[in-house]
Amino acid sequence: MSDKYMKVERIEHGTVIDHILPSMAFDVLRVLGLSSDKTMSILVNSHSKKGGKKDILKFEDVELSAEEANLVALVSPHATINIIVGGKVVRKFNAEAPQVVRGILTCSNPNCISNQNEPIITEFKQSDDGSHRYICTYCERDIIDLAKMIGT
Amino acid sequence: MRHVISVHDLSVEAIIDVLDRAEGMLATARGEAVNDSLRGKVLGSIFFEPSTRTRLSFETAMSRLGGSVVGFAGTEATSVVKGETLADTIRMVSGYTDAIVLRHPREGAAKLATEFSDVPIINAGDGAGQHPTQTLLDLFTIRQEMGRLEGLNISLVGDLRYGRTVHSLAFALAKFGNTINLVSPEGLEMPDEVIEHLEESGQFGTACHAPEQVIEKTDILYVTRIQKERFPDPVEYQKVAGKYLIDPELVSKGPERMIVMHPLPRINEIIPEVDAMPQAKYFVQAFNGVPVRMALLSMVVGGA
Repeated sequence: MSDKYMKVERIEHGTVIDHILPSMAFDVLRVLGLSSDKTMSILVNSHSKKGGKKDILKFEDVELSAEEANLVALVSPHATINIIVGGKVVRKFNAEAPQVVRGILTCSNPNCISNQNEPIITEFKQSDDGSHRYICTYCERDIIDLAKMIGT
Repeated sequence: MRHVISVHDLSVEAIIDVLDRAEGMLATARGEAVNDSLRGKVLGSIFFEPSTRTRLSFETAMSRLGGSVVGFAGTEATSVVKGETLADTIRMVSGYTDAIVLRHPREGAAKLATEFSDVPIINAGDGAGQHPTQTLLDLFTIRQEMGRLEGLNISLVGDLRYGRTVHSLAFALAKFGNTINLVSPEGLEMPDEVIEHLEESGQFGTACHAPEQVIEKTDILYVTRIQKERFPDPVEYQKVAGKYLIDPELVSKGPERMIVMHPLPRINEIIPEVDAMPQAKYFVQAFNGVPVRMALLSMVVGGA
């Protein structure tokens, strides 16, 4: 197949987020809050070599920091981050869910003080039981349906 | 100790320390001794929601220690109605006072207050969240009446879903090693996270829908109010409330050592005839709010 018909172009420099859970690419974009004038490719429900489906995101001329990359794990725990320089992968790592998330998420408890007009930044801490739940520092409740609570 | 926000923050040692100090405050709380260790200190008592026992017992506690109280109960005559944020209210009150007792309808309000206050914050209930001083006075009453805080069979009865006092109390009792039974109407069962915590710590007893099923093994019958507004159908409420009526006949079925507690206010879940029974300890419990809050104030305001 010629390059003309490739679904997504190869990138020379930038970041590829691979193995995103199917249909979660847009949530990953929201959690990263990236607004860039650079080229961005989004591949949704692509066939994975390991079987099943996955999403892929490619950002040209953007190198995600480890901190940014780890936010990806909030909505897609097994995503891999590839940093591309000169067309080659120079660094590859798995996104690791952060212990603490400040800003970005909104508490799912409507009666939480953090949902009022108060001068604070939301904060969620990962539960220490290994269940990847995030607990609001203010109301101590679990965040429900985390993907829906991104920047709402 | 600086702020008192959540029972989760309190270690067993810290709890015992508060209870021991509260015991030392009993004579002063009854007006039989004088203690003016907080003379010249001012407590900010800011209640955004109605309260009888919590507010009055905090204010009594401060007065018994020689201090004074400023504040408000209800927001009608304050800048809150003009849209002032809680953060600004706290900043302002913390400039006037040496500690702030806060009740607020939103969960997490007390935690937020700690970020904007220069003085200690004591959480007097935030929405359906924490009410740690109620838990401490419950534990004080249990220890006073039973002589210990561990190895007890405790039945929590009533609205276990929305009642904040029973959540905090269940977590606190689980720090000591007890058996906790959960008795509630269908739909008002204890939230899963509390049940999981009790199961994991091996302290989950029986869950059922009728107090008769656990009464014979119960040391502490802790009753809470079933709120009418939880039931869309008033007939259904009457039916359920009737099944959870604590009367002399039920109390008599419990062991001789059993005590009956209630955070109050009660509406009709414990009928007045029970009040005269030796098992009824809910008014003692309400009084114990004073020595326990005196102990806390002396720790956070007086640095004792």
